[in-house]
Amino acid sequence: MHETKITKMAKAGSVESNDILVMISPGEGKIDLEIESVVYNQYGDDIRKTILDTLQEEGVTDAKVIVKDKGALDFTIRARVKACVKRGSEQDEL
Amino acid sequence: MSYKTLLFMPGNNPGMLQSSDILGADGIIIDLEDAVALTEKDAARILVCEYLNTFEPQSDIFIRVNPLDTPFFYKDLEAIKNLNITGIVLPKVSVESMEALDKYLTENNLDFKVIGLVETALGLEMAMDILSRSKKVIGVLLGAEDLTLDLGAKRTKESEEIAYARSRIIAVSKALQIEAIDTPWTDTDDYEGLRKDALNAKELGMTGKALISPRHVDIVNKVFAPSEEEIKHALRVVEGVKAANEKGLGAFSLDGKMVDAPIIKRALNLLKMSGDYKEEYDGLLK
Repeated sequence: MHETKITKMAKAGSVESNDILVMISPGEGKIDLEIESVVYNQYGDDIRKTILDTLQEEGVTDAKVIVKDKGALDFTIRARVKACVKRGSEQDEL
Repeated sequence: MSYKTLLFMPGNNPGMLQSSDILGADGIIIDLEDAVALTEKDAARILVCEYLNTFEPQSDIFIRVNPLDTPFFYKDLEAIKNLNITGIVLPKVSVESMEALDKYLTENNLDFKVIGLVETALGLEMAMDILSRSKKVIGVLLGAEDLTLDLGAKRTKESEEIAYARSRIIAVSKALQIEAIDTPWTDTDDYEGLRKDALNAKELGMTGKALISPRHVDIVNKVFAPSEEEIKHALRVVEGVKAANEKGLGAFSLDGKMVDAPIIKRALNLLKMSGDYKEEYDGLLK
């Protein structure tokens, strides 16, 4: 499996309704995930799992991740995490 | 498929993407160009891919990529080439961009359809040549906002400044037997203005209209949909042609009027738009 190193701070997404703002920065040897969500009581565990699964798929094992969720569906969570990882691990290339 | 309504949806807006399929438009144009900020092009591509890999929209999906003269054109194509979409809307069409797109689609064995977006003076004057460059082209879309900017014309609700452009686009579309999609109505709250504008476009010969607001879908669908009376008449024409062919007659009359090739063609086009067209009608004009 490929490994992706987070080398800089990055963010993706927004705090608009149905979206999620994901912020990532280099970690301290593990994944440190903070979640703030308008639906945390109902879907907090699912959001956490989706984020961790996506980070694993992207090969990220060492990062600090903070998210502010505004009711994003899974496809949006995955997309924003992927975009954030891409931005935090390489030269800016849009 | 004839598109009465093609609704633009911003490619980086998850809320709009996830509701796009239930708004009643015949087709959706997911926009990676003007609706996406320069700093968000990468995030939009990823979001659109995740959306289309998660859901199976019932509407036909087109994606408006960025123009050839930007760094994003090929990145967009690479990102979307494996998606289950109907086609691509190519902005600011030119000979070079149409050839580049056709080459890319051919080399990658992609069966995407193409709608050319005419929105420059040069694109308008060369529309016939440009749109002939790819057999994948199924339609032409007039982009009046950028076009009037290029022309130095003031954009008005009366749209007299785009009368020539509309007529030229329509003539080219008929010559190439592709769809003519009218420019969006940009005042999201003026429904009566929208209805009049769509009706004007339809009467000139446009086959459908692009939209930027979900609230415009129903009005434009109604304007471009054939009435029950028109459908009934078209079906009577078609049945008359079949009967005449069986009797070996070249022409016949219906309600006291001679039915000839243009009337038959108009009836067939109308049935295509209404969804009442059958394969058995294919040979009626041969």
